[in-house]
Amino acid sequence: MGSFIPNTPEEQKEMLDVVGAKSFDDLFTDIPEDVKLRNGLDLPEGKSELETDREMKSLASMNKVYGSIFRGAGAYWHYIPAIVKEVTTNETFVTAYTPYQPEINQGVLQSIFEYQTMICELTGMDVSNASVYDGATAAAEAAHMCIDRKRKKMIISEAVDPKTIAVVETYCYGSGTELVKVPAKDGKTDLDALQAALDGSIAGVIFQQPDYYGILEPAREIIDMIHGAGAKAVMSVNPTTLGYLETPGELGADIAVGEGQPLGIDLAYGGPYLGFMAAVQKLERQLPGRIIGQTEDTEGKRSFVLTLQAREQHIRREKAGSNICSNQALCALAASVYMAAMGPDGMRETAVQCASKAHYLRDRLAEAGLRQKYDSEFFNEFVTVSETDTDAIMKALDAENILGGLPLGHGEILWCATEMNTKADIERAAAAVASVTGKEVTA
Amino acid sequence: MKLVFELGSRGRRMSILPECDVPEYVPGNERSTKPRLPEVSETELARHYSELEDNIFGLNNGMIPLGSCTMKYNPKINEREASLTGFTDIHPLQDPDTVKGCREVIKETEDALCEITGMDAMTLQPSAGAHGEFTGLLTIKKYHDSRGDNARTKIIVPDSAHGTNPASAAMAGFKIVNVSSTEEGIVDLDALREAAGPDTAGLMLTNPNTLGIFDRNIKEITDIIHEAGGLCYYDGANLNAIVGNARPGDMGFDVVHLNLHKTFSTPHACGGPGAGPVGCRAFLRDFLPKHMRSFSCNFLVVVRALTYIKMLGGDGLADVSRNAVLNANYLMSLISDKYETSPEGVRFMHEFVITMEKMEKEHNVSALDIAKMLDDYGIHPPTMYFPLIVHEALMVEPTETEPKEMLEYLSDSLHKIYEQSITDPEYAHSAPHTAYITRPDEVKAARKPVVKYAFE
Repeated sequence: MGSFIPNTPEEQKEMLDVVGAKSFDDLFTDIPEDVKLRNGLDLPEGKSELETDREMKSLASMNKVYGSIFRGAGAYWHYIPAIVKEVTTNETFVTAYTPYQPEINQGVLQSIFEYQTMICELTGMDVSNASVYDGATAAAEAAHMCIDRKRKKMIISEAVDPKTIAVVETYCYGSGTELVKVPAKDGKTDLDALQAALDGSIAGVIFQQPDYYGILEPAREIIDMIHGAGAKAVMSVNPTTLGYLETPGELGADIAVGEGQPLGIDLAYGGPYLGFMAAVQKLERQLPGRIIGQTEDTEGKRSFVLTLQAREQHIRREKAGSNICSNQALCALAASVYMAAMGPDGMRETAVQCASKAHYLRDRLAEAGLRQKYDSEFFNEFVTVSETDTDAIMKALDAENILGGLPLGHGEILWCATEMNTKADIERAAAAVASVTGKEVTA
Repeated sequence: MKLVFELGSRGRRMSILPECDVPEYVPGNERSTKPRLPEVSETELARHYSELEDNIFGLNNGMIPLGSCTMKYNPKINEREASLTGFTDIHPLQDPDTVKGCREVIKETEDALCEITGMDAMTLQPSAGAHGEFTGLLTIKKYHDSRGDNARTKIIVPDSAHGTNPASAAMAGFKIVNVSSTEEGIVDLDALREAAGPDTAGLMLTNPNTLGIFDRNIKEITDIIHEAGGLCYYDGANLNAIVGNARPGDMGFDVVHLNLHKTFSTPHACGGPGAGPVGCRAFLRDFLPKHMRSFSCNFLVVVRALTYIKMLGGDGLADVSRNAVLNANYLMSLISDKYETSPEGVRFMHEFVITMEKMEKEHNVSALDIAKMLDDYGIHPPTMYFPLIVHEALMVEPTETEPKEMLEYLSDSLHKIYEQSITDPEYAHSAPHTAYITRPDEVKAARKPVVKYAFE
């Protein structure tokens, strides 16, 4: 049996003597007899570290690690610079507590302050919090920020990632907020439907850029329409694309949220990831979760502390805007190190390579018989359609150790390319597809 | 310390990406300004983060006896398993046949946690304890809704509860009813009977509670709520005190959340990511929300917890709680000549609360001062000013992974601090004296918030 208890049975006995207990049972006298677990837990017997290591490795080996991934849909395969892992596996960052004691945790506080600054720079917004659980919960928290006494309904576009929509729905069920879904048309938010749904009861609208199908929405037009109705614009963004694309800030969004996983965080079967949230200045006090602020110590030295805590659950209890009491600090750290390692030029280069490779992939797949479904400008993801059996296509790719795009049903596939996919990978993928469709491709 | 934005120079960069090997495509809609991200070399960046690390108190720097936070040792083996490529490089939307190992990790963890809590179903979705509370409360809400029992709008919470309890209940659309504690620090049964009724959706309770006391009336408490038609929610923040020796399910609870970053040794990581699995009885299984986050769970956190559970097994987990309680009681015995617990004369479990009220009145040295003085002894301060029902509270939880001599060192330090506080209150007020900064001005920070770097 493994154990991490330092004290030997003899030492434990000495300690029991000091506290005046004959045995451990004397320490548990407040637990009623009929509640005590008599026969112990029915779990496999504990193991040594070596045995455990073997078992876990065996579990890991049951998963398939693909050599090339063309699937995105909310989680993206990007290069993670070596320094990101070196910093985020440092045992001090790994084991420290929430920095409620600023004197001895300036390193944590400063790292989050730097993260907040970088998120503001990337999104063009005024203020950022210290992060929330993931991109979907960030959108759900943003919905809550929009609600006020007069406006209690939210709108979400159906061109948003369906997983985000589902999570926003869950949160809205809790708070009793009505959520109106505006349909997508040709893979984009239906602007006529949005205009029709906007009235004085709408607190805010959530839309995504690029949207779930990879398409670039007419963001400025959407935001103007939302503001025209006096509602707030919540823009969900992919941080990689912001290395190049117009920011939520310059487009006039009130709140920017997104999934931070592309910023140096492992795919890891879905988590842990990072939800980033940034807002215009006037919504600063509506932001949920931790915020780090700059101040000085008694000797005038620059210092950082958790600030605006009067918004939070441990002070306001049921009147708090959110119950969140953690942030994804280590993931936020990964994102900061990533952005610092890439720099402004590296971020732009990554975005451009993603877009370039996605367009090259679109062209090669078209040759292989998969038509682009929507004739709109896209960034790093796009949908194809064909009459060929999707399963057969996925199988052919799988045989090449390639994870194909995400099947959406009805012969549609949502593809993604990143800087990780080489030209050769793309051509190999197209050839595998062509082997199923019976087309010939130039490679 | 310099900020990362104060390092480097324009044009400095690292060599990370190759040249693009396909024709370049640039869409329109380019941002008008570059983000002012750092432009640094790898040398500078590596040194920067080493400097930050030097000014962080991690578990390997010393003891972190934070009450209710269970800052136990984070085994290295957990980190190794969580870094296996077979876990880290798996896309969450891969086909089920290609992720058999991930699914097995999830299933084994769910099964183990069901056994540990005495529940029938478990979801690993919740990303933290507070997220778990919200998940559990939505389960309760959906259950009552499914029966058309719409009048159940209130959640009962003891006055000693964590702040997240009322905040989570509010997020799930409930009103909060506070019930008081007795002088012994446990739920006042008469007050509870009065509070429970046809409008009760449920009760949220931590047991042992936030004072570190196991509520011996637990079966009466859950009976009162059930008789009123409500459900009982167990806040698993303090499970470390009883794991392997008692189960929430056997106490009459219907819904449970756990903190994998407490009882199951996954790292706190400066504030997250954590994981807050939620378990429930069979009749509630269908009411567990299905969409609390984008993807299945904080998977790498789950991998760490499963590694820990596999190593310890059932007996090892029972040893955890026994020694967590022993360590707390041992420490309390060592300091009880100078430090007064609140309440007095009760049996504490894995943590205890001391009150500095007398010290504050007589010598003007507060719980905060005492806590900050510990910094200079290489010990992280305990939880301060919580629970709210104790004045000048310090809440101490040593955990089972501290050796005896560390508890003795903490006791010695607290004795020295006690003397110092009486002889030199000014010294106490200006503590800590060895940290990177002295006490920061928090009022200034909140009055005119500066929450990002002001580029020149």
